[in-house]
Amino acid sequence: MEHTQNTPELEKLPLGPDDFSPATASEKESLVIMRESVNFWADGLRRLRKNKIAMVSLFFILLIVIFAYILPSFWPYTYDQQIKYSENLSAFEYGKTELQRIEAGESVFPHICGTDKLGRDFAVRLMMATRVSLTVGIICSICVLVIGATYGAVAGFTGGLVDDIMMRFTDILYTIPDILLIILLSITLKPRIISLAETPGFEWMQKVGANLIAMFIVFALLYWVGMARITRSQVLVLKESEYVTAARALGAGSGRIIRKHLLTNCIGTLIVTTTLQIPAAIFTESYLSFLGLGVSAPMPSLGSLATDAVKGMNTYPHLLLLPAILISVTILVFNLFGDGLRDAFDPKLKN
Amino acid sequence: MGKYIVKRIAMGILSVFIVATLTFFLMNLVPGGPFVAEKSISKAAQEALEAKFGLDKPLLQRYTTYMTDFLQGDMGFSLRQRGRTVSDIIFSKFPVSARLAGIAVVVALCVGIPLGCVSAYNRGKLPDNFIIVLGTCGIAIPSFISSVLLLYTFGSWLQLLPTMGLNDAASYIMPVTALAIYPTAYITRLMRSSLLDVMGQDYIRTAKAMGLSSFMTLFKHALRNALLPVIAYVGPMLASLMTGSFVVEKIFTIPGLGREFVSSITNRDYTMIMGTTIILAALVIAANVLVDILYKVIDPRIKLK
Repeated sequence: MEHTQNTPELEKLPLGPDDFSPATASEKESLVIMRESVNFWADGLRRLRKNKIAMVSLFFILLIVIFAYILPSFWPYTYDQQIKYSENLSAFEYGKTELQRIEAGESVFPHICGTDKLGRDFAVRLMMATRVSLTVGIICSICVLVIGATYGAVAGFTGGLVDDIMMRFTDILYTIPDILLIILLSITLKPRIISLAETPGFEWMQKVGANLIAMFIVFALLYWVGMARITRSQVLVLKESEYVTAARALGAGSGRIIRKHLLTNCIGTLIVTTTLQIPAAIFTESYLSFLGLGVSAPMPSLGSLATDAVKGMNTYPHLLLLPAILISVTILVFNLFGDGLRDAFDPKLKN
Repeated sequence: MGKYIVKRIAMGILSVFIVATLTFFLMNLVPGGPFVAEKSISKAAQEALEAKFGLDKPLLQRYTTYMTDFLQGDMGFSLRQRGRTVSDIIFSKFPVSARLAGIAVVVALCVGIPLGCVSAYNRGKLPDNFIIVLGTCGIAIPSFISSVLLLYTFGSWLQLLPTMGLNDAASYIMPVTALAIYPTAYITRLMRSSLLDVMGQDYIRTAKAMGLSSFMTLFKHALRNALLPVIAYVGPMLASLMTGSFVVEKIFTIPGLGREFVSSITNRDYTMIMGTTIILAALVIAANVLVDILYKVIDPRIKLK
């Protein structure tokens, strides 16, 4: 019954023979509703770009990087240059000889942040200090990344007894109060590396600064534990996935699987953890410098600039406030940017 | 459970032992000795002093002697503070640091937990945003910066508070504030995120569906579970207070254990370095072990390994 009722309606539809011819290429294309596939990086970057706080912090990070690495080479003063009769100037003040030079028609670059008690331009010292602190932060984080990721990946991938032993070792290292060992290690290593830098074959160390290298080693030796734990937990999950089985079936060795499949797949987590390690390292470096155990004179670091200024803080508060603010702002923007990166590349880590 | 506790305590003791061993060999690698800095004494006197304290013996022998003495409760004499035993110095300085840290813990918990609750309760609104900004800043400012800034503002500029020592109640305000800023900010963030996490659970929805006010659900049901991560943070908090106390004690000239530790390192006072390191490390490790065990007792959801 129903069948006979439907047929006349079908006949009323405005269909011609054209409607039954094969579709043209353009018609086929219009039917594809799938978007172009977005890869991991593009997706993460898109989310990152939407995050206002992260973008503002990125802008500040760029400013700090320019301030620390580029500006000093254009600055007319150097960080260890002592200008006679220009000691303890406040901002935009000139020393006795500088005033004479100005009267003689010369142009003298102003000390926009004043000078310290040895007559060194404070602005350029701030820049160099920021450079030292940033370098320590970045290189330490990279060392931590390399050691931690390798250790964690090997432990997680091998599993069994090896994993047990390796993780027990990190457990013990984790319970040790790190600051005690950092202080001890830094005073132990520093003189040794400084004397090592004087032996032939190691002169390149002096260029980098022997005490900076000591700092890198100390941090790398202690802070990789967190990174190793995170990598291991990721690898434990990832190694069960099908593509690892597939790779193994195709004859890939453990090293290749770790490098090509496991580490590349937890790269989001690794980047986020490394970025968040930078402010932590800057924090500890400035803390050590404050106790007088960090980077040694005449090289400034933000912590040591603050320490030097504590004694005269009633008369020259700006010498204290500027490095203090700079440390806090640097740590803050790196933390905020790291949080933004985490939300963009590793949403699972959010809580 | 008993097995877990025993295992955890054994690992804690092993950690203390490793710290002690590492410290012993590390400090002996440091160039210079406790008596080198004194120019006034002659070479012979210096050697006599070293012989008196057994510093002329081989390193390994000194290590075993120290460890056996330590296990019998003898931490030796201080090399620089003549005539005083290490345990004597530690017991006289420790209460000062402990009181400071204890007050800071209480302040951090009493301020951090409510702030975190308020923040989570008003999620996305003005108070929440305000607290988040405060918390983020609090985490970014190192304790030495905050203590120096406090010292400058209230000590020498406004001259409201005493700048050194711990003589009356007012002199506690600045050091405690400087110490408590970081843990407070951290607890606030922790409390907020864990409370938000718990508030999304089914049993909270059930409680709300049964007609409980959102305030009551927060207090009666959510808070208890949300407090767990805060408890877990107590161990690391002690460690962070300890590191904070090194500089805070230095800046506010407080005669505490942290200052003693830093000065013993610069003085190469070997026995003092060992004593303070072991005591401080043991404290932090013990707190961590205790928190771990407590955590398992409180939260039955955590599987025992």
